[in-house]
Amino acid sequence: MPVITLREALNEALHLEMARDPRVIVLGEDVSGGAGGTSGQRDAAGGIFGVTKGLIHKFGDGRVIDTPISESCIIGAANGAALAGLRPVAELMFADFVGVAMDQIFNQAAKFRYMFGGKARTPLVIRMSFGAGMNCAAQHSQTIYPFMTAVPGLKVVVPSNPYDAKGLLLTAIRDDDPVVFFEHKALYSRKGEVPEGDYAIPFGEAALVREGEHATIVALGRMVPFAEKALEKLNADGITCDLIDPRTTSPLDEETILESVSNTGRLVVVDESPPRCSVASDIAAIVAQKGFRDLKAPIQIVTAPHTPVPFARELERAYVPGPAQIEAAVRKVLADG
Amino acid sequence: MQLNRDALLQAYRRMRTIREFEERLHIENRTGEIAGFTHLYAGQEAVAVGVCEHLTDKDWIASTHRGHGHCIAKGCDVGGMMKEIYGRADGLCKGKGGSMHIADLDKGMLGANAIVGGGPPIAVGAAIAAKLAGEGHVAVSFTGDGGSNQGTVLEALNMAAVLKVPKIFVFENNGYSEHTGAAYALAGQDLGRRVEGFGIPVFRADGFDFFSVYEAMRQALEVSRTGGGPAAVYATCTRYFGHFEGDPQNYRAKGEVEKFREESDCLKGFRARVTEAGLIDAATLDAIDAEVLGEIDAATVAAKSAAPPVPADVLTDVYISY
Ligand SMILES: Cc1ncc(C[n+]2csc(CCOP(=O)(O)OP(=O)(O)O)c2C)c(N)n1
Ligand SMILES: [Mg+2]
Repeated sequence: MPVITLREALNEALHLEMARDPRVIVLGEDVSGGAGGTSGQRDAAGGIFGVTKGLIHKFGDGRVIDTPISESCIIGAANGAALAGLRPVAELMFADFVGVAMDQIFNQAAKFRYMFGGKARTPLVIRMSFGAGMNCAAQHSQTIYPFMTAVPGLKVVVPSNPYDAKGLLLTAIRDDDPVVFFEHKALYSRKGEVPEGDYAIPFGEAALVREGEHATIVALGRMVPFAEKALEKLNADGITCDLIDPRTTSPLDEETILESVSNTGRLVVVDESPPRCSVASDIAAIVAQKGFRDLKAPIQIVTAPHTPVPFARELERAYVPGPAQIEAAVRKVLADG
Repeated sequence: MQLNRDALLQAYRRMRTIREFEERLHIENRTGEIAGFTHLYAGQEAVAVGVCEHLTDKDWIASTHRGHGHCIAKGCDVGGMMKEIYGRADGLCKGKGGSMHIADLDKGMLGANAIVGGGPPIAVGAAIAAKLAGEGHVAVSFTGDGGSNQGTVLEALNMAAVLKVPKIFVFENNGYSEHTGAAYALAGQDLGRRVEGFGIPVFRADGFDFFSVYEAMRQALEVSRTGGGPAAVYATCTRYFGHFEGDPQNYRAKGEVEKFREESDCLKGFRARVTEAGLIDAATLDAIDAEVLGEIDAATVAAKSAAPPVPADVLTDVYISY
């Protein structure tokens, strides 16, 4: 099987689905790039992270649309295009920019189906890079998916590896509801085996990344490879864990998590977000509510602190939860019961 | 020209300081020591300085992601800025903000801003405060050709006009927003006409020419400082480096920047103008160049060896921890 990066996996999914379905369009700032430039070269960017590279040459500027800096209208236009029968994949570049487009995401896209009595379909994907680790500072490094997960009417995808990224993006584009698709900017170059052809990964099905007996670790996005690192150390001491990657936070595969906790009796949830109203606190609450009797020890959450993301390398390193904190949390749940 | 010799020397020094700061960062970026995004302002110095030479610490400015020039022009400490860009504990924002978030409220500098279009509404608020204070101060926002397409900017234009606040919108059209040309993304092309549509007077300037910008800003202030409400300065210019450091600039014709550097450079233009008019001799300007070079070198050396923040600093400057 070919080994490619997460960036390339996403790019493959877009190429495949645009070729298969003429209703799919891509829009956003610099998704191609070079329009109005003096060199005459289009695709000068191919997306600021290179995810949409090459699309314009295959599908033309009618379907691969470079927009002005107008996030509110990018998402609004994607909403309208979706209602009118297209399947737009809008790019917001950095997840932090949802701030500019928030109304169109959570009052408009998320509400149409329900508010219009089930009549509307909004087959829309909003892609965005997220997360810390590249010293992009407070307004270019946030996780954002907790806000989106809290909104009824949105589906939320957070892939952690190239294989999942491709299969989940294909599902997202084919889905008839608005999907917010989070790509960790520090994972774009993560490599993995990815089949060449078409395959779709259903939403709401977690991946069991590792199997073990002493505790359950639930982790998302970049926290998955960090948890794998922590497990190398723990395994050396004879401690094994289930490592669950929910892959989608909405819908959430509660069943897989609860079943694992019923076997291990201990839960550590790892989330790069600040702790309050995070996916970590949400999953901890669900397990406390529905799996309380299976727990042998208090649940541990490993999160960023309740602060904005700092710039300096030393500060950002201290901000982002890492393998050491995950390892310590697992040892704590083991010590606690 | 109402500028006396000292004012001319100060303007030149500030433009040169911005240039050397950015040229040095361009070189230092290749060492890998500087983290995150750095957007350099070189080429546009005449705009920041032509605008800010009219302002005092009591006037406000709201900047952009390309903020180093605005900061220096507004009087921010160059050593503190350099340390901030290097992420040092005694940087202007303690290493918490970095290049895109340099702020110095004591200097009337409301912050660089990594959200395109974030600044103009904030400056409307500062203008409300200036209006209530009634001391003739103004608030200024800087916005690029790309940023001018952001809804927030259009809202700020309308609201400033409705509220008749002392707010000056400075638009810097450098031809590009990231990898996309203004020739494509800026509907109507003449941004000035768009602004005039809000009933706001627009003073057009050649952004390569300090004197042109200075005069346009003087006229804008004549409106805003005297209760006439908002005004705008619209300057066309170019940036000498990529959108961010590391940008291969595939969208730009070969030789484009070299031609601007050769034919339209604001520092060269300033020098020719003042020496030919016999106002300042070349040797005096050469001496400033040498001093500035030394200052930037010292700031860089100091920033490199300054202490980084300690991990515990993550939890300071917050009002609650969980
Ligand atoms: C809300 C938002 N959208 C997009 C970006 C990404 N971005 C940063 S700078 C930039 C281009 C800005 O162009 P312009 O306003 O002309 O300023 P210039 O870079 O030319 O100084 C873009 C798209 C951002 N930082 N914030
Ligand atoms: Mg520009």
